[in-house]
Amino acid sequence: MALETFELEIATPERLLVQERVSEAEIPCASGQIGVLAGHAPLLSELGIGELTYLVEGKKHSIAIAGGVVEVQPEYVRVLAMTAERPEDIDTSRAQAALKRAMERLETIKENIDYARALNAAKRAQARLRVAASLRF
Amino acid sequence: MPSLIDLRRRIRSVKNTQQITKAMKMVAAAKLRRAQERVIAARPFANSYTKLLANIVAAAAGDERVSSHPLLAVRPENRIRLILITADRGYAGAFNANLIRGAQSFLEERKAARLELEAVGRKGRDFFKRRHVPLSGEHIGIVDKAPFAEADKIAKSAMARFASQELDAVYLLYNEFRSVISQKLTIKRILPVPVPDAQLTSDYIYEQPPDQLLSNLLPHYVSIMVYAAMLESAAAEQAARMVAMDAATSNAAKMIDSLTLHLNRVRQASITKEIIEVVSGAAALE
Repeated sequence: MALETFELEIATPERLLVQERVSEAEIPCASGQIGVLAGHAPLLSELGIGELTYLVEGKKHSIAIAGGVVEVQPEYVRVLAMTAERPEDIDTSRAQAALKRAMERLETIKENIDYARALNAAKRAQARLRVAASLRF
Repeated sequence: MPSLIDLRRRIRSVKNTQQITKAMKMVAAAKLRRAQERVIAARPFANSYTKLLANIVAAAAGDERVSSHPLLAVRPENRIRLILITADRGYAGAFNANLIRGAQSFLEERKAARLELEAVGRKGRDFFKRRHVPLSGEHIGIVDKAPFAEADKIAKSAMARFASQELDAVYLLYNEFRSVISQKLTIKRILPVPVPDAQLTSDYIYEQPPDQLLSNLLPHYVSIMVYAAMLESAAAEQAARMVAMDAATSNAAKMIDSLTLHLNRVRQASITKEIIEVVSGAAALE
């Protein structure tokens, strides 16, 4: 059975990163991960920080994204992410260092703004590492 | 009358200059292509984002929490920041001069307000620093590469000051890239945010309430406007430089032609003079 596909567009302010027919996508929204198949009802949501995955002919692809907005339509999904990185573009050692730094900051500070910032940095680093790891399988 | 040696020297010097302008034109052409590619690459995001924002604005219309959003607050414009995007280098025709003149008349018109200037690009920074216009920030050496992160930084600093009511309005002044031969001086207000025209094109399920979504997306929109202006300006700069250097190269060619003609006349005259001297000398001996 041929799976129904839809168009997935992932763009950052600098360029269009992905434009492909996919059969399934899983998108990290601010309020949680959402799964999208072809024919999904129109939906708007803010993006969170995390790993976006999608299937092209059964093969899983993975991209680290942070912030922005996603528009879902029955025939297409448009992801407008403030940052988006392919696994091959991610510097693992830098992400690891960033994660360590963020974790240390989380231990020491308790103030609201700094805490949220460190938490976001940690999330970003974790998403990057997860996406980078997806290359190896 | 200039001597033959002087003329030859002059021609050689103009030729050297011509080679330089020709090389600069070529470099500008290559850079222009890259800058144009970046403008085009950034378009899908900006277009979709603007459309979505318009949709959300329409969906949230009438909501009081939206109109009271700190980035939308319209106040009398008593404290204004102007973000001026110039080039880092000259040799681009009237590119920088137009921007600086535009900025001067902008500042002149709003003399009553407290003004500050955020200079992006060396040319604007140097000019206004010499004239002691208060600078809120300077960003040198970023227009060529124009990473989004830099635009984001510039936008964020303006937004922070605007939200804490230390600024009442923020304007962008830059050259818009119309075509290779024309740039348009553009003034754009970015704060309070000019919300895109509201039209409900599609009925969405909202994961977050529209007003909350809008307040989270507005700051990004400001950054995107600054980024788009920086890209436009970079492309316009290279186009202006290419045209200016092309004109300079053909002017040099014209100059070489007329100098060569002059040189040949002078040389001919001196040969004729020598022949006359020889002939009359021989005639005197007979």
